[in-house]
Amino acid sequence: MNKKIIGGIVVVLIAIAYFVLQAPQEETADKTTNEVKLAVVLGFTGPAESLAESMARGAELAMKEVSASQLLLGGSSVSNVRADSTCVDASAAAAAAERVISADKVDAIIGALCSGATISILQNVAMPKGVMMFSPSATSPALSTLEDNDLFFRTSPSDARQGQVIAELLQEKGIKSIAMTYTNNDYGKGLADAIQSNYEAAGGKVTINAAHEDGKGDYSAEVAALSQAGGEILMVVGYLDQGGKGIIQSSLDAGAFSNFFLPDAMIGESLVKAIGPDLDGSIGTVPGTDSKGAEIYAELATKDGFTAGPYSPEAYDAAALTLLAMQAANSADSNAAKAKVFEVANAPGTKILPGELAKGLQILKDGGDIDYVGATAVELIGAGESAGSYREILVKDGKNTTVRYR
Amino acid sequence: MTDILNALTLLANFLIIPGLTYGSQLALGALGVTLVYGVLRFSNFAQGETMAFGAMITILVTWGLQSIGVSIKPLPTALIAIPIGITVTAILTLAIDKVVYRYHRERRANPVIFLIVSIGVMFFMGGLIRFIIGPGDQIFFDGTRFILKAQEFKEMTGLNEGLSLKMTQAVTIAIALIIVTAMFWFLNHTRTGKSMRAYSDNEDLALLSGIDPDRVVMVTWIIVAALATVGGTLYGLDKSFKPFVYMQLLLPIFASAIVGGVGNPVGAIAGGYVIAFSELILTFAYKKVLLYLGPDNLELDSLIQFLGTDYKIAVSFIILVIVLVIKPTGLFSGKTI
Repeated sequence: MNKKIIGGIVVVLIAIAYFVLQAPQEETADKTTNEVKLAVVLGFTGPAESLAESMARGAELAMKEVSASQLLLGGSSVSNVRADSTCVDASAAAAAAERVISADKVDAIIGALCSGATISILQNVAMPKGVMMFSPSATSPALSTLEDNDLFFRTSPSDARQGQVIAELLQEKGIKSIAMTYTNNDYGKGLADAIQSNYEAAGGKVTINAAHEDGKGDYSAEVAALSQAGGEILMVVGYLDQGGKGIIQSSLDAGAFSNFFLPDAMIGESLVKAIGPDLDGSIGTVPGTDSKGAEIYAELATKDGFTAGPYSPEAYDAAALTLLAMQAANSADSNAAKAKVFEVANAPGTKILPGELAKGLQILKDGGDIDYVGATAVELIGAGESAGSYREILVKDGKNTTVRYR
Repeated sequence: MTDILNALTLLANFLIIPGLTYGSQLALGALGVTLVYGVLRFSNFAQGETMAFGAMITILVTWGLQSIGVSIKPLPTALIAIPIGITVTAILTLAIDKVVYRYHRERRANPVIFLIVSIGVMFFMGGLIRFIIGPGDQIFFDGTRFILKAQEFKEMTGLNEGLSLKMTQAVTIAIALIIVTAMFWFLNHTRTGKSMRAYSDNEDLALLSGIDPDRVVMVTWIIVAALATVGGTLYGLDKSFKPFVYMQLLLPIFASAIVGGVGNPVGAIAGGYVIAFSELILTFAYKKVLLYLGPDNLELDSLIQFLGTDYKIAVSFIILVIVLVIKPTGLFSGKTI
């Protein structure tokens, strides 16, 4: 009898917990007619989670700015909903996007963070539903050629470009051979292939190009294989909160490598903090510009109470461009807005910097033309991706420092 | 001569030391599995999560100690937190036994039912751990990181290859040795240990001889909790603490126990090292070693690797299948605890 009572209590508690946890999701506010709604679908959990918060704040900053101006589509306000695309789970990403489109009725999606999640959302949800998608950070070369009904854009450059930049940088440093390991997904494979083809074309030697899985406890076997292949530097095409960190830690422990090359997804404060002084002297690349826009954006971010981390400026630009394109099309409809993205992003027109979104909206309203420069000096090329300028990073005294822009 | 030393250093750095460390961690886990199998007669699938739970409590206590400034440098603080970890884990395993397993034991339920129940316990403990400490990576290592750094070794010996020995590796091997010795002494020389062996050998006969079954079960769970906490903490110290990783450890742990012969403690320890070294030996790239040992003009294009490192986890599976097909009773069959 006693057991039954306890069992009953447990069942009731579980039921209560279930409804309490469910509650926030049910409160999907009905969309008023005078409102543009964007979804920020980023990898809030998973191997790049430390980047997501600053990116989301960036996108939301642009939305707040537009909302406050009262100029968008005859005074519409902009609201947003966040959803977790994860990074590695393609079906969770599609489910999150499905939810924001069906339940929250968003007009466009800002996201996703990782290339695999982005491809999954684009193919499974955004294209069938005809919703525009603007990623701040998906860099896989595959996205340049993927069928997208012109619905997909990104303020990040393709990794085909990063591959070139990295190969050039290695040449300049006089590095003749590298060992390379990549995280086993669309992003890792795409960038690793781009680096290998560019570097080998320039006469360098890739001694090994091996995959690693994220989320393992122990990377000593992977590091042993890498170290046997040898190379002057270890190229770690991974994630800073995940396998990438594990590989570096393990290499240092075994004394296998002491110099590392860190591509974009390995640049972040959490990595230098976790590894400590041993990371000093490592080099890397991350998209970035020394334009006036970047400075202004960093100030705006500080004023709003967050630090502009990697890909945060790109997120601001993605949200801003989406809203400006809607204004130019005079409609929040994705199919109308998608045709205007190139127009607002590229010359000719008045140059628009971060913090000047109201000015841009006004010019468009009056029928003028703008050239959105934004925080990252956006210039869209090809199928709708950033041409790409990169910041060369040197880890010095436990900090990521900028050497120059290229 | 230098070439041979270089080759040996290389093997020691990437195979022997990591193999001994990993093998010790597996052996502690496999001992727990084998003990439950020998005395309580079922396969305890919750062993991985028990390790994670023990490690979690140890981590929480370590953080507490660190915050009040306790330190036993150069050794990691976690070592003095382990006893508390063991106590709390023992309380949990005893509570679970009382609420879950005892019911089935009293009805002499089929081992398959026990096995399935233990999977349920595994999920429960997994949830509890994630609820308390979260699913993420936790860092709790402090003290001196290296006993010997690769660079220092190179300077000391003048060899091309470095040998590094981490504090955690030395601590793991030493503690595993102490624990295993203590356990054998306990099983062979104390009254309680002997009654455990008797109970494991023939339950009815042991009962007739006046052995208290509740006491035997209780002592078994306490030992299992101790082994799990120590094994889990050492693994977390040496690699990293992440709840999910302990679930992945379950396969190599069971493979170790089965290779050695389930129910046999010596077998469990040997099995742990067999699995650890097989995983490393089969996925290691021997290019450099052959370059050192081979003729001077030897040129190798491939890495000389039997299996890609992606297949590391598959090695346990392969060994498991081979053992079950060829010698199902394991390497050290016949004698259980």
